[in-house]
Amino acid sequence: MRTPASMRLVAGLGPKGWLAIAAVALVAWVGVPLAHLMLPESHPLHVSTYAITLLGKILCYAVVAVAMDLIWGFGGILSLGHGLFFALGGYSFGMYLMRQIGREGSYQSDLPDFMVFLDWKELPWYWAGTDSFLWCLLLAMAVPGVIAFIFGYFAFRSRIKGVYFSIITQALTYAAMLFFFRNETGFGGNNGFTDFKRILGYSITAPETRVVLFGLSVSLLLATIVLGKALIASKFGKVLTAIRDAENRVMFIGYNPLHYKLFIWTLSAMLCGLAGALYVPQVGIINPSEMSVANSIEIAIWVAVGGRGTLIGPVFGAGIVNLSKTWFTTSFPEYWLFFLGLLFILVTLYLPQGVVGLWAKIKARKAEKAALAEARASVAAPRAPAAADAKMPGGAAATVAKGA
Amino acid sequence: MKRILSLLCLVAALWAGSAGAALDPAILKGLASDDFDAKQAAVAGLAAAGDDADAQRLLKALSDDAVAVAGERLLIVAGDQVLDAASGAALKPAPANPESISLNNSLRQQVDGALAALRLFSTDTAERLAAARLLLADMGDGAVLMPLLDKALAHEQDPVIKDILVRLHAQASLGSPDATVRLKAVQELGGSASPAVKALLLGLLDKQGEDFVEPDEKVRLAAQTAIKAIDGRLAWSDTAGQIFTGISLGSILLLAALGLAITYGVMGVINMAHGELLMVGAYSAYAMQALFRARFPEFVDYYVLAAVPVAFFVAAAVGMAMERAVIRHLYGRPLETLLATWGLSLVLIQAARLLFGAQNVEVANPAWMSGGVQLADNLSLPWNRLVIVAFSGFVLLVVWLMMNKTRLGMFVRAVTQNRPMAGCVGVPTARIDTLAFGIGSGIAGLGGVALSQIANVGPDMGQGYIVDSFMVVVLGGVGQLAGAVWAALGLGVVTKFLEGWAGAVIAKILVLVFIIIFIQKRPQGLFALKGRFVD
Repeated sequence: MRTPASMRLVAGLGPKGWLAIAAVALVAWVGVPLAHLMLPESHPLHVSTYAITLLGKILCYAVVAVAMDLIWGFGGILSLGHGLFFALGGYSFGMYLMRQIGREGSYQSDLPDFMVFLDWKELPWYWAGTDSFLWCLLLAMAVPGVIAFIFGYFAFRSRIKGVYFSIITQALTYAAMLFFFRNETGFGGNNGFTDFKRILGYSITAPETRVVLFGLSVSLLLATIVLGKALIASKFGKVLTAIRDAENRVMFIGYNPLHYKLFIWTLSAMLCGLAGALYVPQVGIINPSEMSVANSIEIAIWVAVGGRGTLIGPVFGAGIVNLSKTWFTTSFPEYWLFFLGLLFILVTLYLPQGVVGLWAKIKARKAEKAALAEARASVAAPRAPAAADAKMPGGAAATVAKGA
Repeated sequence: MKRILSLLCLVAALWAGSAGAALDPAILKGLASDDFDAKQAAVAGLAAAGDDADAQRLLKALSDDAVAVAGERLLIVAGDQVLDAASGAALKPAPANPESISLNNSLRQQVDGALAALRLFSTDTAERLAAARLLLADMGDGAVLMPLLDKALAHEQDPVIKDILVRLHAQASLGSPDATVRLKAVQELGGSASPAVKALLLGLLDKQGEDFVEPDEKVRLAAQTAIKAIDGRLAWSDTAGQIFTGISLGSILLLAALGLAITYGVMGVINMAHGELLMVGAYSAYAMQALFRARFPEFVDYYVLAAVPVAFFVAAAVGMAMERAVIRHLYGRPLETLLATWGLSLVLIQAARLLFGAQNVEVANPAWMSGGVQLADNLSLPWNRLVIVAFSGFVLLVVWLMMNKTRLGMFVRAVTQNRPMAGCVGVPTARIDTLAFGIGSGIAGLGGVALSQIANVGPDMGQGYIVDSFMVVVLGGVGQLAGAVWAALGLGVVTKFLEGWAGAVIAKILVLVFIIIFIQKRPQGLFALKGRFVD
């Protein structure tokens, strides 16, 4: 008998997981706003505007990292073009913010400044309806989704995989970047979209708006993790990981990998689009450099540093890499590329499971040592075997030790 | 206004021409006057005097701003010396209060044009040819030159120069007031294949207000026929030019992709730092150039020849070090290799920035590689590109010989086709991996030397090439030299044609779409290895 999806979702995370999610949500929606708005700036627990924007940005990156992990860690498909979907979401929502500027731009026109600059008289057709918040939010998901679907359908149908697929996604984002750099394509060219004033009528720089955007970013990340967890625990997830490990065998059993890959690929792109939509109002700019080849590869390193195939790993990875980027680029800008390059090399060579894997390894080693010590103690004092057994928590330590 | 002016010039010129060798006092008077129109007429007169030494000296002095006027007398001020403009005799003592003559821009152009035209009478054939070419590129006011051209045509013996002069003459006659002269000129110009002539003829068909620039109906009709004839010739050489730039792009792609094809074929991993190996090669060329400039300035034109082996070995050493230190340990994990080699490329880029600076460095073409072969007016093949095409052909030949005629090549092919089997029969696969990687990287270094001759050399120069060269490998099929060649040339030519038709960005996107569709039909590339493999 099948349990309903919602029940499996609740069971999949377990009570500890739900407790953790509730705690994070509470901190994000209550703790941070209080610390930002109520506490005076001199207070040690005060959260500055800089910190809240930085954290909000990293949270959006973390969503992208989890989305990337869904296809790479669980599907075995390495995309080097996820920056494209992120930027497409950002552009879709950025246009709403551009329209919200209204007549307060430097040309006092209903059209965005860059269009006035190009001497355009009306909005191009593809930007129709972008004065609606909901439509833009829909666009932010639908545009990356549709593009990913079409691209993925053709790529997966002809069974392009491995490095072939990676390089072609890289070419895709590169071509898109060139396209967006052009002035006449209607995406603001070099400068992209910026100078936003308000969102849904509220000032975009107001502390309250920032706090809400921050809370939404945390919520999106939590929702992504919960969704990912549910997917991975389901039968779909099992088939997906099977495809990752041995695609041909899965095909021989009678599954069509196309459907599975296409679904997770499109979903991942849509999540990236949403993250991009949340990223733009917090950072205040979106331009074609978000689609650069280097940016998209960096997403892969967030996932690799955190740990592929775990849902929490990419969150840590995005945090670690981006915090060190912030630190390096302000303190030693010339060494950041060395650090990043070495990170790519060392993580792939020595940390294939990322920091989460490292943590698990350390824990396993500790448990092994503990088990050994227990065993020695029991040999030394053969008369008290029952006591030794009691100290070993179930059979868990023993199995972990065996696994290690 | 312009027409009247040129008529005036013509009259002045004819008059001056008939006046004989001595400088006409009227000309000198014109130059001394404050009226720019009069000055213009005077310069035209000087030009018409042609090979007259006094006239040449005066023109030269005008262009150097060394002409002054004192009272009625025109002077040439040359350092401490003051000469009489009319006779060239030194004046002692110098007249008091000389006032220098001012030129405006159009006058200055006229003087320079006349000076260039006078070179048509030089005794040196090469100089005459150069002068004729110069005038062809920019003739200025044709009517002024007419008498000069007539004179030059009468003297000229060299057939090439005569050809150009005939065209110049026709071009200049377009300004003639006589419709039959213009008609004849237009018909003559129809025989050319130059975009400049086409623009000139198109100008005749323009309207100025209500009237056509060219008042005579017959001349306009003749101009239309002539333009069609020129278009036909231009189209041919345009196409040829595009094919050539396509082939030249293709040969660069080939140099970049050959190495990648070997490393990808042997090890099944994409080296994302491959573009940076191009960069290493280009910087080797830069370093050799600096070395030659400092140590052997007399051989500086041959630094490229020295750079070729140096770039090969430096890039090969870097590549082998990469393989030994990183790639070898990631065997069987192609996606992680992708990331690790990307990391290597970042390190290499930053290292280049620290060593050579973040700015582009200057790598000059040696003298024997600059210039080009002029095949038609709008088709010239630059030597540097021709040399690169030949060079990549040479590299291809060497690689083919190495792969097919040596023991090492046989081992490389064996490992490409079936690694475990090759290992079983005693091929040292690990050593072959390192060597193949070194050879592939070395070829990329050679590509870098070639690239340094036509593109900017900077730390980021390699970044754009990895996608393009991978496309070549995908199109051509893995481990196939013939495939790589056809794919590189095809991609180069197709890209250039699409660029001409739709612009660079759309061309890039179209090529990408084309490749994705192509892989749908032939996932193994143009030339597939036959075999049965399944994981």
